[in-house]
Amino acid sequence: MKKLLAIVLFAIPGFAFASGASVHLDSAPVNLSDKSSLQRGAQIFVNHCLNCHSAQYMRYGRLTDLGLTDAQIKDNLILTGDKVGDPMTTTLAPKDGKEWFGVNPPDLSLVARSRGSDWLYTYMRGFYKDPAAKSGWNNTVFPNVGMPHILWEYQGDQSYKADEHGGGKLVLDRPGKMSPAEYDRYVGDLVNFLTYLGEPARTKRVQIGIVVMFFLAAFFVLTLLLKKEYWKDVR
Amino acid sequence: MAVLNKPPVTGAGRMNGILTWVDQRFPLVALYKSQVAEYYAPKNMNFWYFFGSLSLVVLVIQIVSGIFLTMNYKPGAETAFASVEYIMRDVPGGWLIRYIHSTGASAFFIMVYLHMCRGIMYGSYRKPRELTWIFGVLIYLCLMAEAFFGYLLPWGQMSFWGAQVIINLFGTIPIIGEDLAIWIRGDYNVSDATLNRFFALHVIAIPMALLGLVVAHLMALHETGSNNPDGVEIYETMDPKTGTPMDGIPFHPYYTVKDMVGVAVFLIVFSAIVFFAPEVGGYFLEYNNFVPADPLATPAHIAPVWYFTPFYAMLRAIPSFFNMQVWGVIVMGAAVMILFALPWLDRGKAKSIRYRGTLYRGFFAAFIVSFVILGYLGVEPTNIWGEFPKGLPVVGGDYVATWVARVLTAVYFAFFVLMPWYTAKDQEKPVPSRVTF
Repeated sequence: MKKLLAIVLFAIPGFAFASGASVHLDSAPVNLSDKSSLQRGAQIFVNHCLNCHSAQYMRYGRLTDLGLTDAQIKDNLILTGDKVGDPMTTTLAPKDGKEWFGVNPPDLSLVARSRGSDWLYTYMRGFYKDPAAKSGWNNTVFPNVGMPHILWEYQGDQSYKADEHGGGKLVLDRPGKMSPAEYDRYVGDLVNFLTYLGEPARTKRVQIGIVVMFFLAAFFVLTLLLKKEYWKDVR
Repeated sequence: MAVLNKPPVTGAGRMNGILTWVDQRFPLVALYKSQVAEYYAPKNMNFWYFFGSLSLVVLVIQIVSGIFLTMNYKPGAETAFASVEYIMRDVPGGWLIRYIHSTGASAFFIMVYLHMCRGIMYGSYRKPRELTWIFGVLIYLCLMAEAFFGYLLPWGQMSFWGAQVIINLFGTIPIIGEDLAIWIRGDYNVSDATLNRFFALHVIAIPMALLGLVVAHLMALHETGSNNPDGVEIYETMDPKTGTPMDGIPFHPYYTVKDMVGVAVFLIVFSAIVFFAPEVGGYFLEYNNFVPADPLATPAHIAPVWYFTPFYAMLRAIPSFFNMQVWGVIVMGAAVMILFALPWLDRGKAKSIRYRGTLYRGFFAAFIVSFVILGYLGVEPTNIWGEFPKGLPVVGGDYVATWVARVLTAVYFAFFVLMPWYTAKDQEKPVPSRVTF
């Protein structure tokens, strides 16, 4: 306890580490009204991410938001034998995850809200070969990440060329099944879906908000007229 | 028994009978007249006077949205985070209730800060309204406790580590500190026990105290009558014909309809945040709080929510002396407690800033600016403005922001501590006998 106290108090005068070196983040092409992009993203998510990561706060059935029917969800997006009303869990046991990757793969329900869409977009395109890393892969925005490059087949192999100013850039050494533009779009769809996943009500929230604004604008005019009517006697 | 001694109520048409029955058993008409229809308020109150009624509106919003959140929130280290996400995703309209409550927390502080700023600017804390001011400061203290307890409940990383840091502040008090911190937590670490007691305090204890204090605040206000932007007492100039203040108008209907305009504008801004930007760039909902609490992973940057950051910046800026960390905590506590002394520090003749001299205005402006900049510094890491060069005397190698925070802390306290001097010495303008309208 003393030690913890010491650590916390010692840290108060200077939480100096901030968030480490700030890396330039590419802007993610998020468009929550693009239903086909969201559907492609959902497909990529269940095929590649859900093997190790969960999205336990999300139910499959909610994906009707993306313009899908329960039957379509069941046929195309549920790969585990779960029911439509079940949460999107993974079959990977936390113990195995810890053993295989050094860390239990985190739940992704809210990753777009904690990390941000741009971070995810840059991260998924920032893997490079690094013989020193345990999985053989390293990442520009998440140094020494435990996760290997799960989409390497599509992107190909990148390497990181450091320059003398302390910066550096990624070089595509061996192309994958997709061109860089295709891969960017592929990751863009995934990040679009993850953004939706972070807050499924977001589209509805904005729609209701517009109606509320019109209502309140009218309410404001009425209250203002009422006030003027009463206050004209005050001298 | 004097039950039927009161005359019957008239003027309510068909309702006369029912109202008479009630009024002979409860002072309904008298209360309505004294508190609303014949409560005379100065006619020159400007937009600054919206923030009192708006604070009350936010209080109601918080209580009502809080009741609905409680129906689905499950306190407990294993259940809290998941139940909040359940509210956000599976409860119909749950996201709306949650965003109303999270936005309301910040809105409450914005309204209260503006309301307090008004009180200071126009001298509303001065005789005879000292108790109204003191009840107000007590409300502010309760509000801080309420916000602090409530912030733990979502059980995210910032909830957990924010609570950890704040509770450990109590641990810096010599001798009793560590036991006190354990007593607050109910454990050696922030844990399930802490979460459950914070829930109890957040939904029952503090709201009850808050409501009681709000009633006391309003009763004291209605006893003395409202101040106004000129700081002139309207009850000193009475209309001989009616026996009411010449510059006073009945609260209802004049200020009820005027306050409704304020409510409408407030709701427009409030709803814009709730529906279009509930996170407000990480200031109302911190990004790191979307990660479940993990006692083993300390976040790189722990910052409280914006409304605490002026005091947090002071805390961080104060170095340890005599091998004790408690000084920062003392300064932070004193920064709030000194508000209680305000009515007795002011020696000016004029109440309102309108008739004060340049000396007061200068101190007041410096006070507001220091509070705002301290608030900004409290959000950011201390290295935000870099370090002084190593070779400089005294400050060499220290963070620039730390020294700026120290200077601003001194400015903040100077506003209060030097007040008896500069308000007495100030070249004030003559105060008119009637309000300007």
